[in-house]
Amino acid sequence: MKRLKVALIGNPNAGKSSLFNYLTGLNQKIGNFPGVTVDKKTGVSVLSSTVQADIIDLPGTYSIYPRSVDEQVVFDYLTETLRNETPDILVVVVDASNFKRNLLLFTQVKDLGFPVILALNMLDLAKKDGLEFDLLALQRELNVPIVEINARNGKGVDALKAALVCPVHVVPDIFYKSSEVAGPVVSYIRSRFKIKSDYMALLLAHQHQKTTILTDDEKKDISELVAKHHLQSNSLQYRETLMRYEAIHNVIHKVMSEDARQTKVRWSKNLDKIITHKVWGYLIFLVILFLIFQSIFAWSELPMEWIELGFGALKGVITNLLPSGYLRDFIIEGILSGLQGVLIFIPQIAFLFAFIAILEESGYMSRVMFMMDKIMRPFGLSGRSVVPLISGVACAVPAIMATRSIETWKERLITIMVTPLISCSARIPVFTVLIGLMIPDTKILGIFNLQGLALMAFYLLGFFMALVSAWFLHKWMGGNFKTYFIMEFPTYKLPRFKNVATSIIEKVKTFTFEAGKIIIAISIILWVLATFGPKDDMQKAEDSISKNNLSTEAYENEVASAKLEASYAGQFGKFIEPGIRPLGYDWKIGIALITSFAAREVFVGTMATIYSVGNTDDELSVRESMKNQKDENGNMFYTSARAGSLLLFYLFALQCMSTIAVVYRETKGWKWPIIQFVYMSFLAYASSFIFYQLFK
Amino acid sequence: MTPVKTVADLRIGEKGVICDFTDEETSLKLLEMGCLPGCEIELDCKAPFGDPICIKVCGYTLSMRLAEASTIVIS
Repeated sequence: MKRLKVALIGNPNAGKSSLFNYLTGLNQKIGNFPGVTVDKKTGVSVLSSTVQADIIDLPGTYSIYPRSVDEQVVFDYLTETLRNETPDILVVVVDASNFKRNLLLFTQVKDLGFPVILALNMLDLAKKDGLEFDLLALQRELNVPIVEINARNGKGVDALKAALVCPVHVVPDIFYKSSEVAGPVVSYIRSRFKIKSDYMALLLAHQHQKTTILTDDEKKDISELVAKHHLQSNSLQYRETLMRYEAIHNVIHKVMSEDARQTKVRWSKNLDKIITHKVWGYLIFLVILFLIFQSIFAWSELPMEWIELGFGALKGVITNLLPSGYLRDFIIEGILSGLQGVLIFIPQIAFLFAFIAILEESGYMSRVMFMMDKIMRPFGLSGRSVVPLISGVACAVPAIMATRSIETWKERLITIMVTPLISCSARIPVFTVLIGLMIPDTKILGIFNLQGLALMAFYLLGFFMALVSAWFLHKWMGGNFKTYFIMEFPTYKLPRFKNVATSIIEKVKTFTFEAGKIIIAISIILWVLATFGPKDDMQKAEDSISKNNLSTEAYENEVASAKLEASYAGQFGKFIEPGIRPLGYDWKIGIALITSFAAREVFVGTMATIYSVGNTDDELSVRESMKNQKDENGNMFYTSARAGSLLLFYLFALQCMSTIAVVYRETKGWKWPIIQFVYMSFLAYASSFIFYQLFK
Repeated sequence: MTPVKTVADLRIGEKGVICDFTDEETSLKLLEMGCLPGCEIELDCKAPFGDPICIKVCGYTLSMRLAEASTIVIS
């Protein structure tokens, strides 16, 4: 069977992803582009009985001159073709209702010399706006195959498949004559790198510093050449864009007729009056946020219980099947617990991304960014930081991945740095246990549960601290960075179920495999640390427990507890005890702090083992046994001061290997994850210290 | 010399015609987004704190900060 390589390219909101979903169905794979964590979506589409196509969905871009990470990916992909195999066909997806601007990218791609098909999308919307197209004339003017599609209902996808099977010729007529503006440079680069189009050569001259395919020497040569011929990249780009628009204008004249357009825009505008209103706008946003929180917590509870029950049952089966010993413990404690720690988050992540996808698809998200921009700016953040910060409530890992839509590096970096301060779902079990210890279960004014209010207060505190830290980072990094907030304000649209569903599947997959790997690995390491210790100590620990008057289960729990104390983890807990004593912690909490680096919710399981509750993740029984702990004077050990200090520590500390890993990948180095780890540890330590010393 | 009028000076509903840009880098982005010299530009709405703003150009809507809007010279 013949296999074609096809790439989809187009403006943001042009309907590329919807088309991709129609072409590939669920035959999709999410990978990464080399060096960056921009999702690389590829899929296979059966075009005919004899031809298949590997389809790649490139990120949306307005032009091939990159200004954000997403756009850099498109540029890299196109220039990469100089060294590696080229795509057989590029499909440029064009939004007919924004025809003029969409054509800009089309003319650039075509001038690069690739075989191009134009997929004209949203003709129905254009018609409603009063735009009429003469498709035959358009085909004649642009000299490429044109397929009319509707990416929202799949119309025209078959025609596109048919067009992909037919060979597409590269036609030489070009919209912009690169050789006329920079002749010597273009011809030199063309011959040196054996490039088949003038425009690709010019693009390399513009972007040679940013590309990955040239060696340093080659970059230096091009730099000298550009300087010698006085090519001013910015003004050259400026003129190029104007000339392209002029060419587009001439085409549009011949192929499109425009009536007075209004109806839809007016409807959208009236809605905007309310949605971006001074008072109503924020109120609506708060209500939507509240609904999202409610449903994330309320709706995911049941599936999370199923997952817990399922693992409980599985562990039971394995306990019965295997003889007791290290192998059984390793499978149950090391692997299954780690796996459970990953899977348990899937319901919450799925719900969160369902909401985000719906809000994004409908066009509401742009309004939120618009309303929040001014408020976020003093902190070095932008309106675009709002989505990652909100996503951080579920999990910092996908949230940090969501920052890549922020064009300005400084704003993006600050958002990455403060997102882990937002209370993620892994903190919920810890909060549940500790708030129960700290705050009495009473009602205020008859309706508000005091513990519930405390929980909310901790969420707000996390958010507040994120803003404060952002402000400090902003001041510390300084610099007068150019920041952009020029973005399209899409009209409101009904979200498509198919796109929302694909987005959920995509995000869940990314989380499960990317974060899951690390969580399981750490879980195994921690199991080893908590299971093994110096041989003598371990034996002594086991001997020290007498079997008298104890049921088998109670005896086993006591032994487990004593062994944990003697294990490497326990020894390490004792080792750091002097350092955490000022916070009110003992070595037992020290162990929990260490194991929590796998994932925060491990706290509950560790506490269960330490206090010999047995193998349980049940928060209530853990809380009860913690309540019964006495200090050396026979008073309650977990006072409000201790519990509060511990809460603050878990609120601020970066106890999450997955986050560290994802920050490392997003910032391409260890500098920022280390800074993040240090500053968050400092915040955690200092606030716990102050709190404990004040209230003990 | 009279100070030039920019998009940032427009009132809601007021229109102008783009004639120049004062910042080269920003202008490249604006051009790509369809803000061309000679195009009619209208201030559509403002965010609750007066910034960013939302403008209509070529039949669609863009949002931008006042700082960016002030680089678009209109007549």
